[in-house]
Amino acid sequence: MKIKILVFGQLSEIINTLELEIIEVVNTDDLNKKLNELYPNLKNIKYSLAVNKKIIQENTILNNDDIVALLPPFSGG
Amino acid sequence: MSFTQNNDRYHRQIILKEFGEIAQQKLLHSKVLVIGAGGLGCPALQYLAAAGIGTIGIIDFDVVSISNLHRQILFSTNDIGKQKATTAASKLAEINPEIQIQAFNFQLTNKNAFELLANYDLVIDGTDNFATRYLINDACVILNKPLVYGAVLRFEGQVGVFNLLDNETQIKTNYRDLFPEPPNPFNALTCNEAGVIGVLPGIIGTMQATEAIKIITGIGKTLCNKIISYNALQNTFYDFEITPVFNSIETFPQNEMDFLNFNYEWFCSSKANIPTISIVDFEELRIKEKITIIDVREMNELPLVNEFDFTTFTLNDLPNLIATIPTENKIVFFCKSGNRSLKAVKLFYEKHPQITAYSLIGGIDAWQQFNNKT
Repeated sequence: MKIKILVFGQLSEIINTLELEIIEVVNTDDLNKKLNELYPNLKNIKYSLAVNKKIIQENTILNNDDIVALLPPFSGG
Repeated sequence: MSFTQNNDRYHRQIILKEFGEIAQQKLLHSKVLVIGAGGLGCPALQYLAAAGIGTIGIIDFDVVSISNLHRQILFSTNDIGKQKATTAASKLAEINPEIQIQAFNFQLTNKNAFELLANYDLVIDGTDNFATRYLINDACVILNKPLVYGAVLRFEGQVGVFNLLDNETQIKTNYRDLFPEPPNPFNALTCNEAGVIGVLPGIIGTMQATEAIKIITGIGKTLCNKIISYNALQNTFYDFEITPVFNSIETFPQNEMDFLNFNYEWFCSSKANIPTISIVDFEELRIKEKITIIDVREMNELPLVNEFDFTTFTLNDLPNLIATIPTENKIVFFCKSGNRSLKAVKLFYEKHPQITAYSLIGGIDAWQQFNNKT
């Protein structure tokens, strides 16, 4: 089971790519844990998650081929 | 305002079958407030004025500086040092003398937000910091005004519409449904620190004007409950939907009284767990005792400060120069709006955990506001 991650904003400096694949995560809490293990500096940054183009605020089940976007806030104007 | 004049000026949009005279009249009768006459505000204002929005309000307390000119395209070199809101207003009046333009050269706060926003039908967020964005959002929710959101950083921008009811789903969302809490200020990058490509706010600001036009006229599809994220380097657009987050209602002001009592600066800076000092306490402290005041802005960054003594250590140079900061007195670090100074205090504490140091909440902008300098 694999999911695609899209990386936005300053997160791409920490994760060093705009897209990656993660395998073997069953829900978004799991995904966050896995990402924090792979990229420890992520723990300092708040970001919202969108699963298949819908923002989620609670733990959400993930299915094969889901696309998850990591969206940090930015405030520039 | 004669009909013939209007038709000549707006002819090319009126003849669009989706648009027509009725849409034009809706624009001419509408009132839009643009908060921030900066990178996002300038293009939004230009297109709204050109399109014939009948009343445009502009609020910005800042003055034009040279580093604005690559992206804040209403302003020219001769405008450096002038108030942004009134300068923008005079440029817009040249573009379209038939509309009404109201300029406000003061800072939007929770004390004046209600009175100001009440006069407009729709608000465009062209601001550059989280505290103000949450403030505008909450005011729009309480006052029930649609809010066109836009934000940029480096090469990426976002645009969306908050607080507009989707007639089909009967759902409306707002900024707190997207980002319930502000980020740790250390990770909140401003364009001053991170940079931004000049064209980017031009694109996002114009998209904000587009949304405003669609909301007012009712044509097409708006970004109601949606955000578009654009990456100028990669040519990618990504859109996503927002749904209401029910527990977010507890954390933000529900009525005018709560709103007046809510401290937005504190709300955003408290995430950093760094000692801060309010403007009031700072004024008392510097009269009561000898303190060291440090400006961490770039050299010659406006506004210039003459009212008290301070030394400049720009944030970028600070790590190398921390050993040279005098430590006999308490220290207050300040910057423009209170963000960079938080980072400065954090850096300082790493070297001097025993010395009392504070970051000035709201920065020199808030200080000037308090002392009625603007």
